[in-house]
Amino acid sequence: MKIRASNLNFFYGSTQALHGINIQIPAQQVTAFIGPSGCGKSTFLRTLNRMNDTIPGTRVEGQVELDGENIYAPDTDVVALRQRVGMVFQKPNPFPKTIYENVAYGLRVNGLVQSKAEMDERVEEALANAAIWSEVKDRLHSSALSLSGGQQQRICIARALVIRPEVLLMDEPASALDPLATQKIEELILKLRSTYTIVIVTHNMQQATRVSDQTGFFLLGKLIEFDTTEKIFHTPNDTRTKDYITGRFG
Amino acid sequence: MKAASQRYTSDVVLAAATGSAVLVILSLLLLLLVQIFSGGLGQISWQFLSTAPSKGGLAGGIWPAIFGTMLLVLLMTMAAVPMGVATALYLHEYARADAWLTRLVRAAVANLAGVPSIVFGLFGVGFFIETVGTKIDNIFYDGDLLYGKPAILWASMTLALLTLPVVIVATEEALKAIPLDHREGSLALGATKWQTIVRVILPQALPGILTGAILAVSRGAGEVAPILFTGAAYYLPFLPAHPTDQFMHLGYHVFVLATQSPDVNATLPNLYATVLVLLVLTFLLNIAAVIVRARVRAKLRG
Repeated sequence: MKIRASNLNFFYGSTQALHGINIQIPAQQVTAFIGPSGCGKSTFLRTLNRMNDTIPGTRVEGQVELDGENIYAPDTDVVALRQRVGMVFQKPNPFPKTIYENVAYGLRVNGLVQSKAEMDERVEEALANAAIWSEVKDRLHSSALSLSGGQQQRICIARALVIRPEVLLMDEPASALDPLATQKIEELILKLRSTYTIVIVTHNMQQATRVSDQTGFFLLGKLIEFDTTEKIFHTPNDTRTKDYITGRFG
Repeated sequence: MKAASQRYTSDVVLAAATGSAVLVILSLLLLLLVQIFSGGLGQISWQFLSTAPSKGGLAGGIWPAIFGTMLLVLLMTMAAVPMGVATALYLHEYARADAWLTRLVRAAVANLAGVPSIVFGLFGVGFFIETVGTKIDNIFYDGDLLYGKPAILWASMTLALLTLPVVIVATEEALKAIPLDHREGSLALGATKWQTIVRVILPQALPGILTGAILAVSRGAGEVAPILFTGAAYYLPFLPAHPTDQFMHLGYHVFVLATQSPDVNATLPNLYATVLVLLVLTFLLNIAAVIVRARVRAKLRG
């Protein structure tokens, strides 16, 4: 198991957003989280790279282990954790820099390369892995903001991949994109599956069935059911899961 | 129909009232500019711009005042911008918005902006000259009078205090406009908070910081009260070469020519010309900063 959460509670101020989450996420597979808005699926995703630390007034109880080590232990190096657990956000958020500088950013801040040649190589590799190299190779030094939304999101994926994380968290990565761009992102997820442990939050159930191996269903801050995607969408154990996937609410 | 036409009439009346208010302001501005240009333009010559005044301002030029003003504004900017940016960064990026210290600092900044400039001048004398300067002299120069007297250093520091709120507010507005996405995007890549600030936040805030600097320069270049006691000289034939030297200043020179001259009427052409130079200089400083800002913005947009 790559990631294991045990009795995880999460609070925004006095509001409890996650209630006793227990889950084991396997390595090199795609795990999807579904559920209605405000069910805690994104909040849970953001506990996995401690992104919620940046929000004042939040509090975590319980633990999350990455390869058996509790990432909420007091001596955890959060910066090092985020190098191992990359993240792609809902809205494409490239920096107002060139395409090259966007991708090179992670290498620069973490001091991962020694030479310009090595930097070029890693940037190209990441852009190729994110399936956007052929589209941008002739314009690496123009602004990333000049690209379309779908291209920007793949730049953001390349930016996350360049530091070679072990886990890739994706928070509704295609929700701001058109169907064609969405399809490209989904193809990319399937391609990356063999190399990375991918955890994706989506409000699109078809997307979960298309890309994921496991699916977890969240409701009101609780993980209601977690099983293979096949099982969740065909023979769920919990009636609430069944009601949600058949469209009775949400 | 009557009601409708009444509403229509009130519309016209209001348009006329606001329009004429604009007209009055514009004509006053025009009048001012015409008077300054017509009175001063004939007096402007290379000689006027490049030599020192003589005969109590009746003859000679204003070069020491031009130089002094530019150096003063430069030193002031060098002090006010880093301090203001640092304060804004602390307030927006580090401090908790609801903490009492944050509120106190914000209240202090707001109040600082409302302090009359002459008070800054007196504060400059009391703090920079009498306290800091005298201490430096006692500790490093065996009590010889070097820093404990009016100087361009202290004048620019005093002026920096006056313009500080402008820089802080402009920088904070710029920081507020940067989306949370960019901060999170950077942190999620393993960047530290400091790396995020230096590499992502500050470059994007730069146009806003420059706006603050522009406003500070505009405000600072024309202020006389803060430098009156802290470094401006009535007449100084040489240029300041050391931070502890005094300096001539265009604004103060205008005051001197207008009120202290033995023959006020005879100095009138020089007075007009000095005012004109002060106006143009402030304008040029503004233009330069606006051009820099436009370039930075264009670069950010790509």
